[in-house]
Amino acid sequence: MKKLIGMVALALAMTFAAGAASAADKLKVGFIYIGPIGDHGWTYAHDQGRLAVEEALGDQVETVYVENVPEGPDAERAIERLARQGVGLIFTTSFGYMDPTIKVAKRFPDVKFEHATGYKQSENVASYNARFHEGRYVIGQIAAKMSKSGVAGYIASFPIPEVVMGINAFILGAQTVNPDFKLKVVWVNTWFDPGKEADAAKVLIGQGADIITQHTDSTAPLQIAEEQGVLGFGQASDMIHFAPKAQLTAIIDEWGPYYVERAQAVLDGTWESGDTWTGMAAGTVVMAPYTNMPDDVAAAAAETAAAIASGELNPFAGPVYKQDGTLAVAEGEVMDDGTLAGINWYVQGVDDTLPE
Amino acid sequence: MEALEAVILTIITASTPLLLAATGELVTERSGVLNLGVEGMMIMGAVCSFAAAYTTGSALLGILVGLYAGVATSMLFAFLTQTLMTSQVATGLSLTLLGLGLSGLIGEGFTGLPGEKLESIHIPLLTDIPFIGPILFGQDILVYISLALIAAVSYVLFRTRIGLVINAVGNNHHSAHALGYGVIRVRYACIAFGGACSGLAGAYLALAYTPQWIENMSAGRGWIALALVVFSTWLPGRLLIGAYLFGTVWIMGLYVQGLGVGIPSQLLSSLPYLVTIVVLVIISGNRSLIRMNTPAMIGQPFAPER
Repeated sequence: MKKLIGMVALALAMTFAAGAASAADKLKVGFIYIGPIGDHGWTYAHDQGRLAVEEALGDQVETVYVENVPEGPDAERAIERLARQGVGLIFTTSFGYMDPTIKVAKRFPDVKFEHATGYKQSENVASYNARFHEGRYVIGQIAAKMSKSGVAGYIASFPIPEVVMGINAFILGAQTVNPDFKLKVVWVNTWFDPGKEADAAKVLIGQGADIITQHTDSTAPLQIAEEQGVLGFGQASDMIHFAPKAQLTAIIDEWGPYYVERAQAVLDGTWESGDTWTGMAAGTVVMAPYTNMPDDVAAAAAETAAAIASGELNPFAGPVYKQDGTLAVAEGEVMDDGTLAGINWYVQGVDDTLPE
Repeated sequence: MEALEAVILTIITASTPLLLAATGELVTERSGVLNLGVEGMMIMGAVCSFAAAYTTGSALLGILVGLYAGVATSMLFAFLTQTLMTSQVATGLSLTLLGLGLSGLIGEGFTGLPGEKLESIHIPLLTDIPFIGPILFGQDILVYISLALIAAVSYVLFRTRIGLVINAVGNNHHSAHALGYGVIRVRYACIAFGGACSGLAGAYLALAYTPQWIENMSAGRGWIALALVVFSTWLPGRLLIGAYLFGTVWIMGLYVQGLGVGIPSQLLSSLPYLVTIVVLVIISGNRSLIRMNTPAMIGQPFAPER
């Protein structure tokens, strides 16, 4: 028994020694993912970012990731495990990881944390997000031009600001083309359930929507659109392979440049906490090629995207009315980032009651 | 009418994988074995059926391979729990974890590929009848298999000698053993049947529901199937009602939202669970009937020496 304990102790000591040695040589960069890296959507895009870090920084870094981590207590354990393994920079890539990240960060003051899509920061927790809603404004315009029924279906995950602002941007974009454009919203209360996302798409098409868009992570809704002969949009990654006849374009997340920059900052010792929110201007949000639409629609979409990237056009420029008709942003003004980041109301024209 | 037809078709699609997996688990549990690995067997069925269908271009072959993948996974469980007598609960849970991980590994090369869709059958004239035609005569083969299976299970369990033996093994394995029935052998067979059904459910996901392979695509349907078995008090008829009730409330929740009715979506998402449990508890109100149908030996290991 004593011998056994001795061996275990030795093994433990060796593990720690090995951990310390590699930590001194290389920066370990860790990623916590909500879904599988093969989802061809949200998590896939983040993993492309991870690979970009490996490619750009080569021998200076080593990356690790944990897939399929549920939001909540499991997330806390997974993040803590990475921190204990000697990971120096941890990206937690889903909204629900916000509080677990803040909690773990308190216990590991020397580790740097980066939380995606949240709004809390601390000494060693930075937050970052992409202005996906800029892309949603563009696809809203395309949807209004391409729809014959004048109704689009929107498959939404959870009623958090990120998703709500996407819905708002979509309808605001659509209204520039057709002021009476209708948007049906179905909340599936999950980020990833291909079956349920497909069910929701079928239901929406059955109710007259001929454009399907989604703020969930799988390719299933777009595939249903393809199957039933309606049109749709890719989400987070280019999904054209799944729907060659249905995908109009896709909002692609490019996390690579940001991840490389932040890892480099840790290597240089210049890392600081903060809040980064970039979009088309910085190349964090990119539109996939415009397909399955007439040239003039594609040209108009490209023009809108360019105007957003140059800062000439702001999707939330006034006048913006809330669903109940009150004025939220006056003409000539734009919504400030603070209000936008916490948005919890619909703009006029959304045919749904926002879940609390 | 067209909208109603679309809804009914969607309900059938949503209910079928639950019914398939639950049918198998019902038989397994009737023999006194609790296999919590339904999710793992289902996902293995999904990945293998997809891989086979993609490679050969035949969805039917995919179904067959999915079935065998489910059986193979369940045999691992059977060997561990029946021969090596490990804890059924722990083994079942690990089977789920193993299935989810292993399927990810097998499916790595198949993610993001357009799949082979299982075509719906088309009977001239019959399928063309408006409304009734597509619903009754225009489904894919697995939908009919799921309904035939539950009918067959009901018949076999209550009308045949094999059914009596399965129930005897599940209710009192010592007596069954004393009467000369091979308890372990019967349980192996029932576990294999459960695996086959879960494999079919997985094949349905990957070939008909959303014809593609994505990691984790079963998204907890195995657990729903397990719950349905318990709440149906191990009766096939109620299981059929339960599975379709769950599917109906699930789809109606999405449908109502699309109409823009102001019911909180969180409530609608939990409603299938609530309604199914409440309804099945009400129809199983007779306590003595529940006791009669609950396999008394469920989860207990059997050692022939004793």
